[in-house]
Amino acid sequence: MAEREQIRKPAPASRERAVEDAPAVSERSSEIDDQLDDLLDEIDEVLESNAEDFVKSYIQKGGE
Amino acid sequence: MAVPKTVGLETEYGIVHRGASEPNPISASSLLINAYLIAAQPSSPVTPGRGAVNWDFTEERPGHDARGGAPADALAPEIETHLVNAVLTNGARYYVDHAHPELSTPECADARSLVVYDRAAELIAVRSMSAARLLLPEGEEIVVYKNNSDGKGNSYGCHENYLMSRAVPFSRIVANATAHFVTRQIFCGAGKIGTEAAGMRVDDAGYQLSQRADFIEEEVGLETTLKRPIVNTRDEPHADAAKYRRLHVIVGDANMSQVATFLKVGTTAVVMALTEDAAAGRELRFASPVAALRQVSRDLSLRAPLELEDGSTITALEVQWELLAAARAYVDARGSDAVGGEATQTVLSRWETVLENLQQDPSKLAGQIDWIAKLRLLEAFRERHSLAWSDARLRALDIQYHDLRPDKSLAARAGLETLVDEAEALRAVSEPPHDTRAFFRGRCLQKFAAEVAAANWDSIVFDVGEGSLRRVSMAEPNRGTVDHVGAMFEDCDSAVELLRRLGSADA
Repeated sequence: MAEREQIRKPAPASRERAVEDAPAVSERSSEIDDQLDDLLDEIDEVLESNAEDFVKSYIQKGGE
Repeated sequence: MAVPKTVGLETEYGIVHRGASEPNPISASSLLINAYLIAAQPSSPVTPGRGAVNWDFTEERPGHDARGGAPADALAPEIETHLVNAVLTNGARYYVDHAHPELSTPECADARSLVVYDRAAELIAVRSMSAARLLLPEGEEIVVYKNNSDGKGNSYGCHENYLMSRAVPFSRIVANATAHFVTRQIFCGAGKIGTEAAGMRVDDAGYQLSQRADFIEEEVGLETTLKRPIVNTRDEPHADAAKYRRLHVIVGDANMSQVATFLKVGTTAVVMALTEDAAAGRELRFASPVAALRQVSRDLSLRAPLELEDGSTITALEVQWELLAAARAYVDARGSDAVGGEATQTVLSRWETVLENLQQDPSKLAGQIDWIAKLRLLEAFRERHSLAWSDARLRALDIQYHDLRPDKSLAARAGLETLVDEAEALRAVSEPPHDTRAFFRGRCLQKFAAEVAAANWDSIVFDVGEGSLRRVSMAEPNRGTVDHVGAMFEDCDSAVELLRRLGSADA
């Protein structure tokens, strides 16, 4: 199911156009984008490698 | 006049024993806590029932109901007295509750101080994990998560406590508390993918603001483990019962963001103080509070109309603006002595800024509010890898946001603003707050642990070898501070001397 979803790519073209239209904002937002990119790189690195198994095995008893 | 809002948090952490062939959450929790106690006090090895100072259960009455009347025994929460249960030198309680490690902060005098001790609790959990690793076989690890649900219908709590006057009618507390608890999620929700509400499939709701809303089923009640209520009626003041009650709040999420914890506790303390002094604006009564709570949690636009009893509607943001206005008017008229003094102005101004941002552009709060910070990570990660919302990697990210291991925690990487510096939190791992009775408890354990037989919230029992145990009562949460007893601790070199100075009666 995940593979099928991968066909739907976001449309980067429209975002680039918006950046051209608003140069003042673009500098700041590209900085934020860079930060987010770094953050995503880090998440790629530290995220549980077998997500499916990890999520399945994360079972807690009810508490309180 | 409202009584000073002494506050505290009890956090039950999620726990995973990785690499174990037959993981058992109760033994993993015990091992985690014992490992910490051994590492923190290497000179006094912990054996069951001795070593670390134990919790004293004689005053525990979790079955008492604030609405009055005798509690039904069947409803009274079970107390597991045989499991590890220790008092720490910072005045906190660290123990196994059901199948979770739980840490109750010491009593704090304001929301900022509580943020310090909540961060200290996280640091204690981090140290516990490291200490446990040394005791475990190669390839095994115990990991602690500060969240409230496993995504499969099991929830564990982060309870808040507020000292209140016994004189205030409980029905008045219920009205204002409900209005606040249903709507404060917009800034103190920790965020969650999917729903676990009874009768719904996990994908019936996408992302929601709160971890807990799915598990709240009643308006008012004594329960904490099933049919959980918006307003909990446990009437166990842990203080002079003729003067005080303790509002025990079970509806909230555990927060990774310090700003969220600060606002959760700070706003609730003000709302409770103005409730005591009957200074609320109009009383807001939802037609169906439980439905409204869930509606708010599932409405990322924050603009869903919530139905009131009189047939009109109101949004969560509008309720919060009304409560903020009442809080401002209250503090202007009565001052902030009852609601945490200096920290109160910061609570009010941050509350206002957060509401403004929620109204105009919630994404601006990605560095302050957990559900927004987590949503930002989820959306960006989803876009980068073109994932469906049902993808396991997004659910893993959701859980790992709350992972307390510094090298794995995603919240620690989300750029969240901090309100207290790490050095202050580090000191609070072993040093009690100076401005509540937790100071007395903490100092007794720092100086005279060998003579302390047991302790609980409102008393300490000493065994000084004179044939009888001596109980020192601490029925006033705001006495036993450094101002009251600091000099006495400096003067006394032994527990016997301390007891003589206190002139305590035999237990």
